[in-house]
Amino acid sequence: MQSTEQLKIVIVGHVDHGKSTFVGRLFHDTKSLPDGKVEKIKAACERRGVPFEWAFLMDGLQAERDQNITIETAQIWFRTPKRQYVIIDAPGHKEFLKNMITGAANAEAALLLIDATEGVQEQSRRHGYLLHLLGIRQIAVLVNKMDLKGYSEEVFRNIEKEYRAFLKQLGVEPKLFIPISAYHGENIATRSKQMPWYTGPAVLEQLDTFEVAQPQQNLPLRFPVQDVYRFDERRILAGRIESGTLKVGDKLLFSPRNKVSVVKSIETWPTGGRTEAKAGESVGVTLTEQIYVERGQVASHETDAPIETDVFNAKLFWLGRQNLEVGRKVKLKLTTTEMECQIQSIQKLIDASTLQEIDPKTRPYIARNDVAEITVRTKNPVAFDNYDHIVPTGRFVIVDGRQVCGGGIISKGEYPDRRDVLSGIKSTNIFWTKGEVTRDARERRNKHKGGVIWLTGLSGAGKSTIATELERELFQMGLHTYVLDGDNVRHGLSANLGFAPEDRTENIRRVAEVAKLFADAGVLVITAFISPYRDDRRLARSIMKEGDFVEVYVNAPVEVCEQRDPKGLYKKARAGEIKNFTGVNAPYEAPEKPELVIHTDRQTVSESAAGIIDYLKLQHIDQDFAI
Amino acid sequence: MDHLDKLEHQSIFIIREAFNKIDRLAMLWSVGKDSQTILWLARKAFCGHVPFPCVFMETSFDMPELIELRDKLTKEWKLNLVIARNDEALAQGMNHKLGRVTCCSALLKENLKKIVEKEKYGGLIVGVRRDEDPTRAKERYFSPRDKHMEWNVEDQPPELWDQFNTDLAGGTHLRVHPLLHWTEMNIWEYAQRESIPNVQLYFAKGGKRYRSLGCVPCTFSIDSHADTYEKIREELRTTTKSERSVRAQDQESEDAFEKLRRDGYM
Repeated sequence: MQSTEQLKIVIVGHVDHGKSTFVGRLFHDTKSLPDGKVEKIKAACERRGVPFEWAFLMDGLQAERDQNITIETAQIWFRTPKRQYVIIDAPGHKEFLKNMITGAANAEAALLLIDATEGVQEQSRRHGYLLHLLGIRQIAVLVNKMDLKGYSEEVFRNIEKEYRAFLKQLGVEPKLFIPISAYHGENIATRSKQMPWYTGPAVLEQLDTFEVAQPQQNLPLRFPVQDVYRFDERRILAGRIESGTLKVGDKLLFSPRNKVSVVKSIETWPTGGRTEAKAGESVGVTLTEQIYVERGQVASHETDAPIETDVFNAKLFWLGRQNLEVGRKVKLKLTTTEMECQIQSIQKLIDASTLQEIDPKTRPYIARNDVAEITVRTKNPVAFDNYDHIVPTGRFVIVDGRQVCGGGIISKGEYPDRRDVLSGIKSTNIFWTKGEVTRDARERRNKHKGGVIWLTGLSGAGKSTIATELERELFQMGLHTYVLDGDNVRHGLSANLGFAPEDRTENIRRVAEVAKLFADAGVLVITAFISPYRDDRRLARSIMKEGDFVEVYVNAPVEVCEQRDPKGLYKKARAGEIKNFTGVNAPYEAPEKPELVIHTDRQTVSESAAGIIDYLKLQHIDQDFAI
Repeated sequence: MDHLDKLEHQSIFIIREAFNKIDRLAMLWSVGKDSQTILWLARKAFCGHVPFPCVFMETSFDMPELIELRDKLTKEWKLNLVIARNDEALAQGMNHKLGRVTCCSALLKENLKKIVEKEKYGGLIVGVRRDEDPTRAKERYFSPRDKHMEWNVEDQPPELWDQFNTDLAGGTHLRVHPLLHWTEMNIWEYAQRESIPNVQLYFAKGGKRYRSLGCVPCTFSIDSHADTYEKIREELRTTTKSERSVRAQDQESEDAFEKLRRDGYM
């Protein structure tokens, strides 16, 4: 069978730089036009009273003929003796960037047109940048309309010099610059006699030197599960092998759940019995052990598994009508995974139309036609690879308002792999002590941070009441929490201590140490102790991890506390029955810089608890994990 | 992988994606060469099964050979055949003499709209290819149609890296085009390689063959001696005639087919 190898090319360029004319000419010169097509268009032009344009060959839709712009990405075919070409026609009009990107994202090579009479334009730069971002490395630059510049070598060389310098900044090395006249067919199918100073190939010759993309069979195996079928007695995992090779008998690791099973068979129809399948193939696989597998998981071999984490860096281009703000929840689609995610931060923001950098501090969102370098946080860990390593598992799209609004490629980086947290299976990317359950792992499972909410204040200020209310609220929010107070500490842990200053100090030290252990175990612990001495509280703070200690001053005037006197202690102290009673015959050193002050003479118990919860939310006590 | 393998696996991926994402998925089955290819690919995708209904749009002007093959395969392949026919329009005497585009609108376009509404299909797999016609060249693999079945060609969401737009607003349904990237040549190359059953009308007999099949009164045969796969491929290599030039309804006006498609035609 004669080869009908196809190469997909995209043709981009500034509006009016002659793309459609070029394509029309290309078709004519390769004899790819149906009989009568040119005549038909000539007749239509006459009816409309407009001069004939090669561009009309490309324009399928009425709207385009009316507006004289190419609206949509179209695909059309032509052939050279070597192979068939698919042109993904990417329009240059600024409004239609998304179509250009759609087209270019599927192309294997690109031709970029620059008008010799206008030189390098804004869109020339933008398209160059986007081609680079989309990973297209086979690029030829065509300097068009050379006829209007008298086929001047100087004009051509100046444009080449300027644009080459620009592309170099991006790290792009175009294969070739070719001077052409699309209208007159110079250097399109055959070398031009008008430009003897140019000794390189014509466009068609250059195209034939580009290479067709092949699936990556020699990279590590990535088999994202697309679906699970149970049409008959077989339980078939369906999906496309994105890279590598899969064989019957292979032990597969499914990320992110980290279950393992062995390939029992590769299911094909109409004939079966395959023992091996390779990158690019859509296959069905059965397993020896029926582990729970669902769409979105990625099968790999145990060695060289994908990265698995919930934070990664990426370059993103945004086409959505709505801005993408930091922290807004949107949907990430990466191979067959779908996951809630948000932009955690923007490192760099570029307006793709001007290529001007914008300071993300002054504009914390990504607007239509922006390109941004960002950090993405997903709700749960996802399995992926760096784009530079494995392309199909290194790129993703963002869905906003039901539509694909942006695409991203995952930047090279060392990512903290979360795999071990769940399974203890080692990936190649990180080194984690096997068997050790870290605080991070606990917090991740709990979906909130651990920490200490240290309530301090006079007896009767409301510490215990607030602690109880706060514990109940946090518990209902699904957080792991526990209260340490006099009732459960003084009778056990500190049963041997009294209320003398040195005993109080020791009591607070013990409470602080226990609270620290709780925090380390991932619990949000609330302590309710008078803890009257600044030094003691400072000590407590100092033994905690920074940010763990939230000092809350439960403030009420001593008169109010004395009036409340829930346990009758003030009365006893006034009567001299209790020595060292804070506020009566022992000092209370109010906090100088507490994280939070609550005035219980003015705020109800609910309000007080809510105030603390608001504070915790501002500190993202749960958001980093449970988004 | 050769180019046919690439085409095949890409299409299987799309069909599986449609099956996973779309509630009440169906395929339009004309029994022509393109929908035969899709049916074949579906059986590959689902390991021998076709897990969705195959909707046949009957106009009463159908080619008998297609009906015959349809019924044979329905039995052999255990297909869930759904026949859609606009009996109302037929009772009122609709036919091509009232205008070819009018007839297509009633017996195909309206008919399709009715069956989609009746069966509440969330998506339809359709065998259109980009190389058939410029309007089809602008299609996406997953293309939403609003509740009036209209196609908003100026504002289609991008399709990047095989991530399709599958999240739909209420009232819309999806057209899925697994063969969008195939050419007429590819269809025949693949049919030959896989021995896909097709009607004999495509193969020349007495100096004539059909290149594209529609209703009897509106489909013309072409002069051809291509009675084998090889000869068909050879003919396609050299022809400068377009595939749909044999479909009379397209020739009625400069943009007849475009108008039909905007309004929901396949």
